[in-house]
Amino acid sequence: MTVEHAAVWELLADYGALIDMMKFDEWLDLFGAECRYQIMPREDLERGLPAALVLCDSRAMLDDRIRALREANKYNIHTDRHIIGLPRISNDGLAVEAPFAVYQTDQEGETRLFATGIYRDQLELAGARLKIRDKLILLDTFAIPSLLATPL
Amino acid sequence: MITAEIWPTLDYSRVPYRFYHDDEIYGLEQERVFHGPVWSFLGLDAEIPKPGDFRATYVGATPVIFNRDHSGAVRAFVNRCAHRGALVRRELSGNAEQHICIYHQWCYSLDGTLTAIPFRRGIRGKGGLDASFDMRAHGLRQLRVGNIDGALFGTFDENAEPLEDYLGAPILAQLHRLFDRPVRVLGYNRQRIRGNWKLYAENTRDNYHASLLHEFLVTFGLDRSTQTGGVKMDPRHRHNITWAEAGSDTDDFAREAYSNARVRNDSLSLQEPALVAFRPERTDNLNIAITSVFPSAVFVQISNSLAVRQIRPRGVDEVEIFQTMLGYEDDPPEMTLHRLRQANLVGPAGLVSMEDGEAIEIVHRASKPDPDRTTVIELGGGGVISDRDYRVTDVPLRGFWSYYAELMDIEPAGAVR
Repeated sequence: MTVEHAAVWELLADYGALIDMMKFDEWLDLFGAECRYQIMPREDLERGLPAALVLCDSRAMLDDRIRALREANKYNIHTDRHIIGLPRISNDGLAVEAPFAVYQTDQEGETRLFATGIYRDQLELAGARLKIRDKLILLDTFAIPSLLATPL
Repeated sequence: MITAEIWPTLDYSRVPYRFYHDDEIYGLEQERVFHGPVWSFLGLDAEIPKPGDFRATYVGATPVIFNRDHSGAVRAFVNRCAHRGALVRRELSGNAEQHICIYHQWCYSLDGTLTAIPFRRGIRGKGGLDASFDMRAHGLRQLRVGNIDGALFGTFDENAEPLEDYLGAPILAQLHRLFDRPVRVLGYNRQRIRGNWKLYAENTRDNYHASLLHEFLVTFGLDRSTQTGGVKMDPRHRHNITWAEAGSDTDDFAREAYSNARVRNDSLSLQEPALVAFRPERTDNLNIAITSVFPSAVFVQISNSLAVRQIRPRGVDEVEIFQTMLGYEDDPPEMTLHRLRQANLVGPAGLVSMEDGEAIEIVHRASKPDPDRTTVIELGGGGVISDRDYRVTDVPLRGFWSYYAELMDIEPAGAVR
């Protein structure tokens, strides 16, 4: 069974918009019951080094990350804007690669480019719904401006 | 021109904001601190195992490369061509027989000697350098290199005291502890904070902020100020170890102690408790050991995540924290995975460290307009600078400033050390 490209586009669009709206429960629901989420500096990936900036190798760890963001972590007050580029999609529709940029705007209206890179996603079908099984965020902007709190 | 008059107090309990914002002070620091009689962390033996292996780094704002030469010795030099001042080595790491500047192809050997200059005698006797040009006087500027169990340090000052003496017994013991087995680099990360480099150096010596700013520590039961812990310095008080012992307090005691602080303390449980689970690796039970080495290195153990941070000033208003994540060569795969998971705790996205970036930026921003106003450093009392066996203290910040004042030649008469 193959996945329609339109379903992939919709998933990517929801992914960025839900972070930008800080609807993290709905965002978490885009991931499968067993999933992995990683943000890797390009510097490490190119050298074959395993450490990530963020590694959640289970849905439980990803839930914990969001809970910490809400209940414990303090960070620069800002809004995010995800600009996700046209994805390259495998024949079966389940392997996706898409370039992204995230701009951050502070409380006084100043916007700066926060991060750019590539999403490498492995998707799965859970019933009729398309979900993310494995998301690797390959980060070009690995000199992190200020700090990295909200998900990319 | 700054003088010793700048200090409102002799115990460094008041530091004028000027120190974080003044371009002239920043320039003097490069000369008197980073090129002065200090030892700066360069990198690791493990990063350059073979002859010809090199890595680019910084000492203060000065670009430096270190490499292993054919005798196996580690050499370090300023990454700047003697000819026009260009970066000689543009790559961050690699392996090479020599370092060649791309601009005019001047060549340097792995010991920094200038070995070849194209068209040195010109073409058909015309042009080129005068015969009196002394190649030996135009090598790459050398640093002295010191090595503690694979941690490499460099100094520009030929008269700097031996590295072991510079570190002092307690710091040396911590490095021997961290590097008691061969290490393996698990990765690198970088954080660019819009603030002065000294705000970060202070932050790592500030035990008071830890469980208040980094609420994750308390909220999820990883570390709290009620644990047995404290601060321990070298005899000159320029370096510091912030330490704590795992499981050394009770939940009831902690709940009572934190009742006045606006910090949640309800032991929220994580769905994946392995994230904060401490696996003792030694007999001492330390689960927090943060060793700050003046001026710009921090050796970090938080639970089982291990790292070295290098403080890289990028002008008076910005600093990069360059962090090397470590494991041990003999870690079984399962332990490596545990460290990779606990890497979530530290770095620019670290669950117990991301806040430092914000804290430094809001201090830098708010302090800038009033250079003559001062910060208050008085937790654990003013006066004498000494080790403390408690955690609600920022005494080591005053140690930092006292040695800084000495190096900057602005130490007031009668000041504490």
